[in-house]
Amino acid sequence: MTASLLNDYNPLTDEMVQVLSPEGEVVRPELMPNWSNEQIKEAYATMVFLRMADTKISKLQRQGRCGTYASIEGQEACQIGSGLMLDKKDWVFPAFRELGISYVHGMPLDTFLVYWMGNEWGSNHSACVAPPSIPVGSHMLHAAGYAWAMKMQKKSHITISYFGDGATSEGDFYEALNFAGVFKIPTILFCQNNQWAISIPRSRQTAAKTLAQKAIAAGIPGIQVDGMDLFAVAAVTKFAVERARNGEGATLIEAVAYRFGNHTTSDEAKKYRDPAEIEQWRPRDPMIRLQKYLEKKGLWTAAWEEELQAAAEPKIAEAVEKAENHPVQTPAEIFDYMFETLPPALVEQKTYLQSFYPEAH
Amino acid sequence: MATQTIASALNQALHQEMAADERVIIMGEDVGRDGGVFRITDKLIDVYGEERVIDTPLAEAGILGTAIGLAMAGMRPVVEMQFDGFVYPAFDQLISHAARMRNRSRGMLSCPLVLRFPYGGGVRALEHHSEAMEALYMHIPGIKVVTPATPYDAKGLLISAIRDPDPVVFMEPKRLYRSLKEDVPEESYTVELGKARVMVEGKDVTVVSWGSMIPTALKVQGALAAEGVSVEVIDLRSITPLDREAVTQSVTKTGRCVILQEGPRTGGVAAEISALINENCLFSLQAPVERVTGFDIIMPLLKGEDLYIPEERRLTAGIRKVLG
Repeated sequence: MTASLLNDYNPLTDEMVQVLSPEGEVVRPELMPNWSNEQIKEAYATMVFLRMADTKISKLQRQGRCGTYASIEGQEACQIGSGLMLDKKDWVFPAFRELGISYVHGMPLDTFLVYWMGNEWGSNHSACVAPPSIPVGSHMLHAAGYAWAMKMQKKSHITISYFGDGATSEGDFYEALNFAGVFKIPTILFCQNNQWAISIPRSRQTAAKTLAQKAIAAGIPGIQVDGMDLFAVAAVTKFAVERARNGEGATLIEAVAYRFGNHTTSDEAKKYRDPAEIEQWRPRDPMIRLQKYLEKKGLWTAAWEEELQAAAEPKIAEAVEKAENHPVQTPAEIFDYMFETLPPALVEQKTYLQSFYPEAH
Repeated sequence: MATQTIASALNQALHQEMAADERVIIMGEDVGRDGGVFRITDKLIDVYGEERVIDTPLAEAGILGTAIGLAMAGMRPVVEMQFDGFVYPAFDQLISHAARMRNRSRGMLSCPLVLRFPYGGGVRALEHHSEAMEALYMHIPGIKVVTPATPYDAKGLLISAIRDPDPVVFMEPKRLYRSLKEDVPEESYTVELGKARVMVEGKDVTVVSWGSMIPTALKVQGALAAEGVSVEVIDLRSITPLDREAVTQSVTKTGRCVILQEGPRTGGVAAEISALINENCLFSLQAPVERVTGFDIIMPLLKGEDLYIPEERRLTAGIRKVLG
């Protein structure tokens, strides 16, 4: 793949980089990732697994077995395509709709579930994935800072932050872009433009034609990519990763995707979004598209799909069981990580709470 | 030993910590070539270069937000906000992220940074440049809040803050920057966070204060000593963790307490200390606890600021009231 083909990209032209058309045809072979058929099949298998896991988590919420959850349906290519281009020691800074990248970057599904089921231990693990950042648009600065440290420490690792179209209206987004530009920070700002910030459509976030063009004012490249196209996302991310590792600084990626589901399990999109819109986007579904591509190459069969689903189901069930068996917080541990050393007042408050739970210790 | 002001002692602390630990970096607006508007970072850039003394874009959330990432990655950022009134754009980063990183990751990540800024009135500055809002910070779980009142403590507390494994808000009483001098050891030393200091021992009444108000407390203590009233003055030094033992021990001994605070009255640090005394020393009290504070009003512009900041007459009246 010749990522340098993207050097001439101009975000003001409103071009959306696409490699795989919704019909499953490779339209820009020069940008095709250098993956074997097996690797592409593996990426598809991951997509199947994640969509099933995603659906399962939403169900768990409805059964009262999981907290509020934000589905990634429609954004799988964004997260798998970019994640596969990273080194495992690169740091990922997710927002809150990031099952895909968290999993691809090494977080076990059960750990991910521990967090969403309501326990902080779900953010304690060995993958280079920061805890979810719920305040919209605030964590791209952490990714910038972390990558800045990598640069200062002369390490080759880079960082990538994931956020939505709504986040691009936040001041901290501009500050992150701006710091990244001024200090040539090796970070990637990966915007998953899924068209909706709860009930507010993309058109209400900005009058700018693209979100990618917001990079121009910060003096860094911005690229709009088809976020439902695994290959295009991989190509554009590779371009950004290489730039960052070569000391050329940051890149803003706008991945155009769609939020097929509700904002979260606490939301009912019917109230503000015409269901017909979902049907308009469905043909661009990243999974359908990749399936078509594989089928054309003779790499996909209905039987294989069934196999994938049959393999995923027990894996997901096992992760759910493991997460559900994770012990709940004890009175002590909700205090113990406030500071490295607990000050006397917190020791006293902890002892007080513990006195109400004599069985907990 | 050399005579130092709070400003020069802070500068020396930064020098020594940067020399001792290459992870320590300074970030802020005008902290490099200009040395900061109060010159606290003066000349550091000449020694440590612009890679470690970083003039940033004018964006407080950006400064603190990137500092959080830097701290997570093992650096020790010392962030300067130019004035107390300019911290607020960074509040989300402080409350929502810096304060929570260790807890939310159950210790996998931490955020060892220092957020320093000048606070309080008395330098005839513009609007938004003169407020004492330490109570806002005290209410945030997960951060420490420190304010020195002397050059010795300024140096030792700042070194402790930089070495602390958790985020520390370091509030510098700006009107004291150059108004007092004392001998400060040349070598590096620490003053433990969370430990108050009994500045003057006394037996009739305890005055609890911190930061910018300490000189007022000491003046009144001296004047009343001449009348035979023995005032014990406690400088909290840290707002969080609060040295509750120092306060309760003193008030148990004297039976009377006046808390002197520059900032607004309602929901202030003084209210917290008053509650602490109520919970722990009620049966030792000879009189209700008295608060001498700023008012629940907007800090007046420079010609009116003396009306706001508690002065010696107000503290003296408060002490006389509890003495009965």
